[in-house]
Amino acid sequence: MSAVVRGPSALVPEAAAVGPRRRTPGVHLQLVVGAALVLLVVAVAVASFFWTPYDPVRAQPAVRLQPPGAQHWFGTDRFGRDVLSQVMVGARLTLYVGVVAVGIAAVVGVPVGIVAGMRRGVPGALLMRGSDVLLAFPGLLLAIILGAAFGTGTTTAMIALGIGAVPAFARVARSGTLQVMQTDYVLAARAANRSAWAIAWRHVLPNIAGMIVVQCSVHFGLAVLAEAALSFLGLGTAPPTPSWGRMLQESQQFLGVHDNLALAPGIAIAIAVLGFNLLGDGLRDVLDPRLKSVR
Amino acid sequence: MRRQITWLVGQLAATLALASVLVFLVLRVLPGDSAVVALGVNATPEALAAWRAQHGTDRPLITQYGDWVGGLLRGDFGRSFVTGNDLTPLVLDRVQVTLILVGLGLVIALAIAIPLGTLAAVKHRTAWGSVIAGASQLGVAVPNFLVAVLLVAFVSVRAGWLPAGGWVPPAVSMAEFWRHVTLPAIALGTVQGAIITRYVRSAVIEVMREDFLRTARAAGHTRASALVRHGLRNAGIPIVTVVGVQVAAMLVGAVVVERVFVVPGLGSLLVDSVQQRDLQAVQSIVLVLVALVVVGNFLVDLLYTVLDPRLRTAGR
Repeated sequence: MSAVVRGPSALVPEAAAVGPRRRTPGVHLQLVVGAALVLLVVAVAVASFFWTPYDPVRAQPAVRLQPPGAQHWFGTDRFGRDVLSQVMVGARLTLYVGVVAVGIAAVVGVPVGIVAGMRRGVPGALLMRGSDVLLAFPGLLLAIILGAAFGTGTTTAMIALGIGAVPAFARVARSGTLQVMQTDYVLAARAANRSAWAIAWRHVLPNIAGMIVVQCSVHFGLAVLAEAALSFLGLGTAPPTPSWGRMLQESQQFLGVHDNLALAPGIAIAIAVLGFNLLGDGLRDVLDPRLKSVR
Repeated sequence: MRRQITWLVGQLAATLALASVLVFLVLRVLPGDSAVVALGVNATPEALAAWRAQHGTDRPLITQYGDWVGGLLRGDFGRSFVTGNDLTPLVLDRVQVTLILVGLGLVIALAIAIPLGTLAAVKHRTAWGSVIAGASQLGVAVPNFLVAVLLVAFVSVRAGWLPAGGWVPPAVSMAEFWRHVTLPAIALGTVQGAIITRYVRSAVIEVMREDFLRTARAAGHTRASALVRHGLRNAGIPIVTVVGVQVAAMLVGAVVVERVFVVPGLGSLLVDSVQQRDLQAVQSIVLVLVALVVVGNFLVDLLYTVLDPRLRTAGR
């Protein structure tokens, strides 16, 4: 997945392409819907710390493979575990993986991009060629390689997905930095003999923060997809920790008979990814200065 | 033109060389002793020494790397650390399956994306435009393995129209090949179709605002004919770019789809090798996948020069 490279939102300035937009004054629909879906996932994850209908990992053979009903809203799996409770706890893992992977990508990629943008010439070129080579490894493939080398698991997956997203963050930070470095206020700061560090911290970073936030949202969605894919392949989070991807994988043997086992985690993944994608698109419209100027 | 192709080939070779170093570093140097990875920490020193001698991992790393890359250049993928079998026929056999799957997936993706994206662009201020844009947004959020699982549930198990898994090579039975390849290709192609639809829509909307299209209309072309004759070619460059990126995504996506439909492709082999900690197999398979990604990007760069004559003279 970039990660598997799936996010068109990451590359296409869709908002810019549609020209003058019909917009509801004060309300951005994508932003609102995206934020609402993300909030739903966050709320479910937080709630799962305090309450779930049943213990998500406790097997209850007496109620195995129950269809959705009053007792078990989303039904039960082959061990009699409550699917709703597993989906709730799975939201935690999804957010945890997303936060760590995106955090690694931003913490490494943004400084690399800023340095590459400020120090043009050999250092900048070297940094960007390095990120080009990494681009040849889609995030999911990188996660599989690191899983082979160091053993599979949540930690390996998070680190690999984070490293896989570094080039994307570096590229965005570099292109933003190149723009900021052309501005009059940076020229003034350089004339005032400000250090490169001060210019980066006080002028570049605040001005590219909007783009970085957009990248974070888009890559969060990609990380959710990639983690689900890894768990689906059996290369992600190990049982019994509930994971949406593994729930989907385990549902395969009951397809056509107990489709609720596939639909519950599948819809949860789609809601989370859709939420972060829409939020990213909405934030881009609101925050990205490059596109403001285009519009 | 020739100078540009030479430059692109040079870039391709350099990226592959660096990628091979990176793969070797991550899979053979960083995890430590391959013998311990294969036999576990409780293996006796004698067993470890015998394993190292058998697989040649007791030689200097640079020699091992040289042998591996030299072998790849001769079309030799090495021997499995687990089974001891020659990987070459296995990898070559599996890569064909994956390429067929990805190729058909791409055809499906483009068959969805080009008409729908163009329609969404032409009608972008109407309800139809919004419906297509919304549907493609939703399609982007659905993982291909979910589509695969749903296809198995509804098309295979419930309706019984097509088999839920397996693979029949076209040489054995063309009819059975199509019956087995259809669902995996749809699972792989529809999600990518949704993604590419968004790019086609953006690119066509952008082109529709260009002066040359207005000129074509003024010269008597209908909107459709102006768009087909002048618009789509100019929208081609951003579309080709995204198709190049999405081919890489499909190669990785195939890893998961092959798993659902029990297709014996390169992805299934990779996952099996990872689960067995067969580092020799993993490193060769990964490099084949990376090579396919890089060659895909190379072909995209070549296509640019065909689509946009201005780039031919740009030089470097």
